[in-house]
Amino acid sequence: MTEFKPDQVEFYEHDVMAKVDLNPPKTRWQDTPADFRPGSWIYPTKPRHLEYLGMPNPREWSPADDDWQLPENWQEIVHRKFKELLGKYRSFQIFMDTCVRCGACADKCHFFIGGGDPKNMPVLRAELVRSIYRNDFTAAGKILGKLGGGRKLTYDVIKEWFYYFYQCTECRRCSVFCPYGIDTAEITMMAREMLHELGLGVNWVMEPVANCSRTGNHLGIQPHGLKDTLEFFADDVEDVTGIKLDIPINKKGAEVLFVTPSGDFLADPGTFTCMGYMMLFHEIGLDYTWSTYASEGGNFGLFTSPDMMKKLNAKIYAEAKRLKVKYIIGGECGHMWRVAHQYMDTMNGPADFLEVPRSPLTGTVFENARSSKMIHITEFTADLIKNGKLKLDPRMNDHIRVTFHDSCNPARAMGLFEEPRYVIKNVCNNFFEMPENTIREQTFCCGGGAGLGTDENMEMRLRGGLPRGNAVRHVRDKYDVNQLACVCAIDRATLVTVCDYWAPGVEVTGVHELVANAMVMKGQKNRTMNLRLEPLPQAVGRKEAGDA
Amino acid sequence: MNVLIALVATGVLVLLAFWGGQVAGLRVVFGVIVPYAAIVLFLGGFIFRVAKWAQAPVPFRIPTTCGQQRSLPWIRQSKLDNPSTTLGVVGRMALEVLFFRSLFRNTKVEIRPGGNVVYSPNKWLWAAGLAFHYSFLVIFIRHLRFFTEPVPGFVNKVQAVDGFFEIGVPAIFLTSFLLLGSLGFLLLRRLVTPTLRYISLANDYFPLFLLLGIGTTGVLLRHFVKTDIEGIKAVALGILSFHPVTPEGIAPLFTVHFFLVCVLFAVFPFSKLMHMAGVFMSPTRNMANNNRMRRHVNPWNPPLKFRTYEEYEDEFRDKMKAAGIPVEKE
Repeated sequence: MTEFKPDQVEFYEHDVMAKVDLNPPKTRWQDTPADFRPGSWIYPTKPRHLEYLGMPNPREWSPADDDWQLPENWQEIVHRKFKELLGKYRSFQIFMDTCVRCGACADKCHFFIGGGDPKNMPVLRAELVRSIYRNDFTAAGKILGKLGGGRKLTYDVIKEWFYYFYQCTECRRCSVFCPYGIDTAEITMMAREMLHELGLGVNWVMEPVANCSRTGNHLGIQPHGLKDTLEFFADDVEDVTGIKLDIPINKKGAEVLFVTPSGDFLADPGTFTCMGYMMLFHEIGLDYTWSTYASEGGNFGLFTSPDMMKKLNAKIYAEAKRLKVKYIIGGECGHMWRVAHQYMDTMNGPADFLEVPRSPLTGTVFENARSSKMIHITEFTADLIKNGKLKLDPRMNDHIRVTFHDSCNPARAMGLFEEPRYVIKNVCNNFFEMPENTIREQTFCCGGGAGLGTDENMEMRLRGGLPRGNAVRHVRDKYDVNQLACVCAIDRATLVTVCDYWAPGVEVTGVHELVANAMVMKGQKNRTMNLRLEPLPQAVGRKEAGDA
Repeated sequence: MNVLIALVATGVLVLLAFWGGQVAGLRVVFGVIVPYAAIVLFLGGFIFRVAKWAQAPVPFRIPTTCGQQRSLPWIRQSKLDNPSTTLGVVGRMALEVLFFRSLFRNTKVEIRPGGNVVYSPNKWLWAAGLAFHYSFLVIFIRHLRFFTEPVPGFVNKVQAVDGFFEIGVPAIFLTSFLLLGSLGFLLLRRLVTPTLRYISLANDYFPLFLLLGIGTTGVLLRHFVKTDIEGIKAVALGILSFHPVTPEGIAPLFTVHFFLVCVLFAVFPFSKLMHMAGVFMSPTRNMANNNRMRRHVNPWNPPLKFRTYEEYEDEFRDKMKAAGIPVEKE
């Protein structure tokens, strides 16, 4: 019999995982150290990546070790950084000071719902930091000490921070329910920044960051490799449609720079979404270009520090300037859009060398992006469809019964709800919503956001994926839903596992894969396969319609 | 344990004031020194805390969006839950501050056998929170009659509405019971719900006991323990006019009531009660989601060196040329 390991899905028995006890343990949380069981934490950053990025304390270590080889004055380092962050962010101060522990956030976190660990209640996750804040930075805390909810900064606290702030996906669901809008994502960012000062980070985040810094994308794809990849996609598209696509790369003077997360270059089903973009742009004759230098939208710097986020994101505007494009379109990605929508213009702007985005086909001016000059692909496509610029045959997707998963960041850091739904409803005849407490601003994370989507973290991914998986299972059983559409590369990478585990039979797709499959392209051959090269059951019936 | 600490602390305060109220020599302490100290601590602390928050910059515009964004003209924007204008933000904040909009969303999660997750609406916290805060406001306004001469019309009107049932002599106020009832509920849920008990600190229980103490003594003073109302009004007016008086014949229970109020004001700025000011300053709520329309400026936005295209091309030029990708330098 095969022995399964904690990084394998099979290691986790379904019945055991489905039995979650939300009641807290006997011991006080202040006296309960983190339990570093394999499957619930992520491998630390390899020293060479920290060295390449010039970050502190590169060394070989493991969270399972007793000694984490911290610098001697680690307390002083954390204290100094803590103080600096409090001075730089009003949000941090407000979120430290105003919580009343009303408990509204407690059962809103997917990790708490799926795991029952009380420190995954957003309120306690924040208290891990807040208790130190009280003790070190407030008058009341200094006088009252433990009585006032303060705690000394000990080695165990640092370990706890590392454990629980890499069990937060920065999805902001708790922030929707908080009467003061306290945003755990913000607190997690602060805690991670403090941890980085001690050389405590995870490889799943920092290797992509180092890669992105060097090659322009997380995966370390070099320019010729990216070209090969896109050509490979074009070959598949040609097999399906008979149409040969152009692949403009680093093309000067193009109208649009297109940026998407590099996950779409690497793994199914993201690759099919990427083919979808290429087909769409070809079909409408958009003068666009890919960039090898700015070949990453999904910015793992967001999970590291604002400085790192800024450095990685700077390439997008720099490249837009070099290539003299007019504006930028961004692909389907979750946290990329957190950055592109909420940080990019502030950090890397002003983008005064670009023009306000205007669709060359419909003439629509995207006033909502008149400063940042970057629009979301579903905004662009929804406008095309609304103006009748695409010939669509939704029957091509009739074998699909689809639901839509709102990705955390486009939902709660942007409000992109109707655009993707409008697109999907125009390319699919069978669309079904998941229950209302699990969609739109109340959507649940896939469990793998903010750099947690790696296999060694499998237990937490499956637990964090339970609420989403459960809602998918609900529509699968009720409406025979067999596909879950999303607008996020991390979703496309991690929801496959979540669905296989919690709602088997439901596949994951990007919105533009659905678009491309339903799009009737000029000069296409009779399509008998979808982009996954699977035969289409309705291909026979469609023949006459296509010929007519 | 935390609840006991808070209970004992409140008990000690009550006994202290009850004893002090009967010692003639301490009338100055409880009638003059304590209230002035409380006022100084409250005003000073409040201003200090708010000023400290205000000094910290807001580097990024990070609203939590809870509805459809403004994008294409034919897509209906959710103007209050995802505002893109100042007016919209004012609306969102008004809903938040006056009606506890976010708390109204509250749900309760349950995990049924087989891992089935069920969500049900849970408005109890919202209702009790709203009941408490509005009762407190009304009671606060009612109490202005002790601090003003002549008493403004609106104070009398509020009082008349609050006592409109006209049960008992003097009339029972609706808010007295709403206040005690909602506080009781807020305390009970902390004690009974396992997760809430787990997260609650002594500083969560203490304000509840303090307020319960204030409310209870207030009701007792109105309906059961008669005291010299004119004397009390003289004390209140004396404090405000900086001519404090310490008349005799005031019930010791009043000293308790008054002392607890002073403690409440004194600890206010140094406790979680500062959420009263914090709610207005939370960047996830008080900013418009117009990030791509209007540039937000970060005052400390540091210039950072990132890998330039030139450096990138220098490393990969040969490979780019071999692949037929255009380069800047041949």
